[in-house]
Amino acid sequence: MTQQTRKSVEAGPEQILYATFLERGMLLGLGLLIVTFLIYVSGIVKPYVPVTEIQNYWSLSVSQYLHKANVHPGWGWVHLVGYADFLNFIGIALLAGITILCFLAIIPTLWRNNDRLYAILSLLEVIILSVAASGILGSGGH
Amino acid sequence: MEKTGKMSMIGLTLLLSVHIMSGFGHCDASTAGPEVAGSLAWWVWPVILLGVTFVMGVAAVLGGVGGGVLFVPIISGFFPFHLDFVRGAGLLVALAGALAAGPGLLKMNLASLRLAIPVALIASSFAIVGAMLGLALPTNVVQTALGATILGICVLMLTSKKSDVPDVPKADPISSVLRIYGVYQEASTGEVIDWKIHRTWQGLVLFIVIGVMAGMFGLGAGWANVPVLNLLMGAPLKISVATSKFLLSITDTSAAWIYMNQGCVIPMMVVPSLLGIMAGSFVGVRLLKVAKPGMVRWIVIGMLGFAGLKALSKGLGF
Repeated sequence: MTQQTRKSVEAGPEQILYATFLERGMLLGLGLLIVTFLIYVSGIVKPYVPVTEIQNYWSLSVSQYLHKANVHPGWGWVHLVGYADFLNFIGIALLAGITILCFLAIIPTLWRNNDRLYAILSLLEVIILSVAASGILGSGGH
Repeated sequence: MEKTGKMSMIGLTLLLSVHIMSGFGHCDASTAGPEVAGSLAWWVWPVILLGVTFVMGVAAVLGGVGGGVLFVPIISGFFPFHLDFVRGAGLLVALAGALAAGPGLLKMNLASLRLAIPVALIASSFAIVGAMLGLALPTNVVQTALGATILGICVLMLTSKKSDVPDVPKADPISSVLRIYGVYQEASTGEVIDWKIHRTWQGLVLFIVIGVMAGMFGLGAGWANVPVLNLLMGAPLKISVATSKFLLSITDTSAAWIYMNQGCVIPMMVVPSLLGIMAGSFVGVRLLKVAKPGMVRWIVIGMLGFAGLKALSKGLGF
């Protein structure tokens, strides 16, 4: 970030880049979520847990739900994405993952502008969010 | 006269929602759970959820709070959903709101990326700790702590002051090294405001606590972010509010992944909640022109207080 842009009323280039990535990812994620939910409730595609049974699960603790519904936690949903209910996870994962892509996108700009400290901080943020997303910190309820 | 009528409608709607939700209290998971839920058609609870979150979205905008802070205590207190799934949905609701607002705030240079990145690094790391802690602790302990936190938020909303442009005589060494400062133009006056911050390390320490609470309870943390950024660190109010909203998109991302990976996401709960809150926020923004935010704020504080007491009573088993 140069001295000139820092002191400007306008947002810096990395901030605009971040905003652009965020906007596109958010719109895509939200659109996907609405479309996949319509597919789910319309019954076009068969769900893994029938909609008539879902109310028997949501009052259970997460570990009881996973056990009774035979759902694998973590990234296990990827294997069930052919079912209407788990199809919704594509939009949810995109909404939860877009921030990682935004940070990855601005690192080269920060580095090029000699803003190495913020490039490193952004990389650290990518690592933290990726570790959270990876599921290595534990999965499967309590 | 027309204005008075509209205001009465808003007030009545909100009061009615509280009344209806108090009725739901008899159907919570601990007392009725699957038996009551099983007697209803599968779509009834998602439709009620959509309606209540719509009202919440309106109330959140008019009351000046985030949707997440209303969502978790009210839905966990009065719906037949387990707290695990409510917190997962609450984080995604807060996340979606932050993602929707973030791009505009960044482009207008009201949200500051330079201010957000160091703070987000701390808050998102500790949100992971909070989420893991919240999922490891017994539900009644989390519910009790949630109730106490919500009542604390009510006190904070009643007592906290705000400062449009706090006086920051000198930037502290940390913020100078990080070059956290900026310029924004106040739209109402056209005045160009040069801002900087101080007390950075104290602020960063407080974001450890904020991150843990956001992750543990699945709350958006705007209620805590804004006072710390504005009153402690000295960022102007507009920069604090906008940066706080954007910050949630990072903090809630880390905690949301922990909840997702633990299996705490049920789309039939998440999607209606998300759509309800977003549609309500959309209407709320338009109602701002005719509503008296002060009065709605009192109603929101009342709703939060009520939900906080309900969470406490559920947690303590009364």
